[in-house]
Amino acid sequence: MATADDLKFQEFDDAANLLAANPDATTISIDEPVEIPKNQHSHRQEPGREEDDELLGTDDSDKTELLAGQKKSAPFWTFDYYQTFFDVDTYQVLDRIKGSVFPVPGKNFVRLYIRSNPDLYGPFWICATLVFTIAVSGNLSNFFIHLGKPTYRYVPEFRKVSIAATTIYAYAWLVPLALWGFLMWRNSKVMNIVSYSFLEIVCVYGYSLFIYIPTAILWIIPQKVVRWVLVVFSLCVSGSVLVMTFWPAVRDDNRRIAVATVATVLLLHALLAVGCLAYFFDAPELDIPAPIIPAHNGTTVITKSH
Amino acid sequence: MLWLLRNVGKAVIVAEGATELVGLDPLLICHPCSFCLFALAGSCNSCEGINESVLCLFQMRDLKAVGKKFVHVMYPRKSSALLRDWDLWGPLVLCVSLALMLQGGSADSKDDGGPQFAEVFVIIWFGAVVITLNSKLLGGTISFFQSLCVLGYCVMPLTVAMLVCRLVLLAGAGTVSFIIRLIVVGAMFAWSTLASTAFLADSQPPNRKALVVYPIFLFYFVISWMILTFTPQ
Repeated sequence: MATADDLKFQEFDDAANLLAANPDATTISIDEPVEIPKNQHSHRQEPGREEDDELLGTDDSDKTELLAGQKKSAPFWTFDYYQTFFDVDTYQVLDRIKGSVFPVPGKNFVRLYIRSNPDLYGPFWICATLVFTIAVSGNLSNFFIHLGKPTYRYVPEFRKVSIAATTIYAYAWLVPLALWGFLMWRNSKVMNIVSYSFLEIVCVYGYSLFIYIPTAILWIIPQKVVRWVLVVFSLCVSGSVLVMTFWPAVRDDNRRIAVATVATVLLLHALLAVGCLAYFFDAPELDIPAPIIPAHNGTTVITKSH
Repeated sequence: MLWLLRNVGKAVIVAEGATELVGLDPLLICHPCSFCLFALAGSCNSCEGINESVLCLFQMRDLKAVGKKFVHVMYPRKSSALLRDWDLWGPLVLCVSLALMLQGGSADSKDDGGPQFAEVFVIIWFGAVVITLNSKLLGGTISFFQSLCVLGYCVMPLTVAMLVCRLVLLAGAGTVSFIIRLIVVGAMFAWSTLASTAFLADSQPPNRKALVVYPIFLFYFVISWMILTFTPQ
């Protein structure tokens, strides 16, 4: 039977003091269950978003972002800081070029090839090659078009190299800057899944320009149809690389803004291709009937020149 | 640090010597030691003939070094003599002579002519600096001025090609002369690229050699294009 004392409220001492009084008492310890931080992306998994995984490479994106944070730790005034942007081997550069020329539908170029290791080697030297290829091909093409004419005197047109260099480098650096600024601004308003760093955008633009190098060489062929087919083909290839990169970044935004952004990216790309074709390559002349030449047997022959 | 001062001192002397060739104090040019930047007013112990005239400028020792480097470029072997004792006299002379020889083509048209003197100069020196920076950023172990020295000296086959082209163009400007010029320029372009690659390739990391060689190829290709498209007035 309980005594009155047992029913009174008692204050229990600290566990340590109680144990000291009675060392043999059984003890039970209860721990808080540890919260394992879930993968952020999984919260937003919806059935229609499986393609996000492929596009984003979510399985190792967290790890690579961590690694990226550890990589660029040198201050920006040291030479080592800039060396981190040239940390690529030959096979990596060739892989990235191959990825820009043969875009796999549904695969994001940045996540698949760049993987938080953007390099400046590709963009810089692809742009340099493109500048000289366009200037040299334009000069050659004009030479072949005007070859037979008596009034034509060949000029190397060296001024056009500086114009080509200004145009292409401005496109490859200022347009990514504008796009990056725009994406940062929208990112502050709408929570995007994907946000790219400035160097990754420069990288994508630089490598997407690679297809224009063989296109510029083939533009020497003085046929209008051939040239426009080449323009459309190269625009499709490099445009698809850009679209597949930037569509996931703007998809969550207002529908009209997303479509407008991607349309502007494609429009500027097309403008570059068409502008280069129009400025550096003279139009191949249409078939003009030449003067009538009397042939040996007395009949007249009309020759066509093109 | 001492090495850096020494080489910066050398470079400043060379740069100054290039621009103020005549009026320069022979004391400054003859002084081979590292602190001549700070010893301008003082007397120089190791320079023999302190009171001599500007002939001190072209010491026989330096001329022999330059000449030896020209021979090394003609027969490129993997020797380190070109790399060790770098100098920028040879590249300067080659660059100026190439730029001078590229003048005189289509001189009347201001717009669409050949490259101007300044353009050739800028392309060669700016191109060499960019290639050197590129190879250093990719992890190369060669020093800045050594690389500039090699790239400059390897322009020599192309300068010879320019000379041959001008001589061929004196004879005529038809298809045959074009084919001769094409063959000569093509051969010299290959020689330049191979010579500079032979000297520079060893100092690069093994899995990035192609990344370093390609800009050198582009550089000499552009110079070859300027030489091949030269049309006299």
